[in-house]
Amino acid sequence: MPGEAKKACSGACEECSRRRFTAVGLGAVAIAGAGSAVFGYSFLSPNALYEPSPIVDAGKPDRYPLDSVTPDVASGLYIVHRAEGIYALSAVCTHLGCLTAWKPDLGIIACPCHGSKFHADGIKFEGPAPRPLPWLKTWVNDDGNLLIDRSEPLTQKQFVRI
Amino acid sequence: MKLSEAVVGVRNSRVWRSVFRAGTGDTNLHRSLAVQQNVFMHLASVKVRRRALDFGVTWYLGTLSLGCFLILVVTGILLMLYYHPSVPQGYADMKDLQFVVSAGVFLRNLHRWSAHAMVLLVFAHMFKVFYRGAYRPPREFNWVVGVVLLMLTLFLSYTGYLLPWDQLAFWAITVGSNIMSAVPLMGAKTRFLILGGNTVNANALLRFYVLHCVILPLIAVVFLAVHFWRIRKDGGLHTGEKTHE
Repeated sequence: MPGEAKKACSGACEECSRRRFTAVGLGAVAIAGAGSAVFGYSFLSPNALYEPSPIVDAGKPDRYPLDSVTPDVASGLYIVHRAEGIYALSAVCTHLGCLTAWKPDLGIIACPCHGSKFHADGIKFEGPAPRPLPWLKTWVNDDGNLLIDRSEPLTQKQFVRI
Repeated sequence: MKLSEAVVGVRNSRVWRSVFRAGTGDTNLHRSLAVQQNVFMHLASVKVRRRALDFGVTWYLGTLSLGCFLILVVTGILLMLYYHPSVPQGYADMKDLQFVVSAGVFLRNLHRWSAHAMVLLVFAHMFKVFYRGAYRPPREFNWVVGVVLLMLTLFLSYTGYLLPWDQLAFWAITVGSNIMSAVPLMGAKTRFLILGGNTVNANALLRFYVLHCVILPLIAVVFLAVHFWRIRKDGGLHTGEKTHE
């Protein structure tokens, strides 16, 4: 019996071992490839970002007189004071992320990159921007300062009453 | 001793023959071996049809593109000696190159103009190849390699655009990376990985610098080598003549 088994192997054994070698080899390469992809992905995603905090301290609310629009270029937002209260509006254009500018003489917000124009409540009336400028979550903290969270766009209008 | 005798003496010396093993001579064999046994030359054909050298066949657009690439490599390496890819130092270094470094403004402008010219020439090269029908068999694959080289040229342009770190650079990359995030499903993640963050910032500058100075040029050199080698393998330049190919 052992001799028979050996004989049966002698013809096909080399073929089958070569096949097996290829299969194991390709498997190892596939595992190494998948591992490298996971490693590469996690390496390229920074775990700590040294970016400015999304929460901005805009100071005391009485800095913003009634019926005014105050741009904060460094933080990329507007603080608007209307009869209903104060709200904060993102100044980042919803088209391709340029910083919009407040035009006091026209009373509108305009984007320099591709010509989108917005009303002071964020509604677009001209240009390619697909969405209105988002309203940002705004509140007054215990020190009486106006705080704005740039990472939290509001789904509906909300005024801070002073 | 006459000069020609000296040349023959050098060419027959042991050192010379150790480098150029085929030896020299006027025979076709010697000339072919001189090309084949040189690592740089062997990408090119041993023989070229006279018609392929005519200006009208190619307008030399591919060679001019390569010339721009070589100028960009040389000037780029020199610019790297004065440029730090950090915020806001990158902008100051760019200004130093313009106003403080000797010949800095020459190198920077040469780099910039060559980059513009290379994009223009690569497009012109592709139009010329297309309208002459040089993309047809057996040169289909080399057309595809050429498309990859066009993409690499554009990526090199795009990544280099951020490095001056001025307003134009910042907003161009802001807009470009937001276009990237419009890709379905993976767009926003791709933007995050390429910028190394949520905004165009120090990480983005460093990533674009590494892409621009190391990764993309290396890939481009590999594809350039394949591109030139395939010209030879595909029967030389397309001249429009009826040949045995």
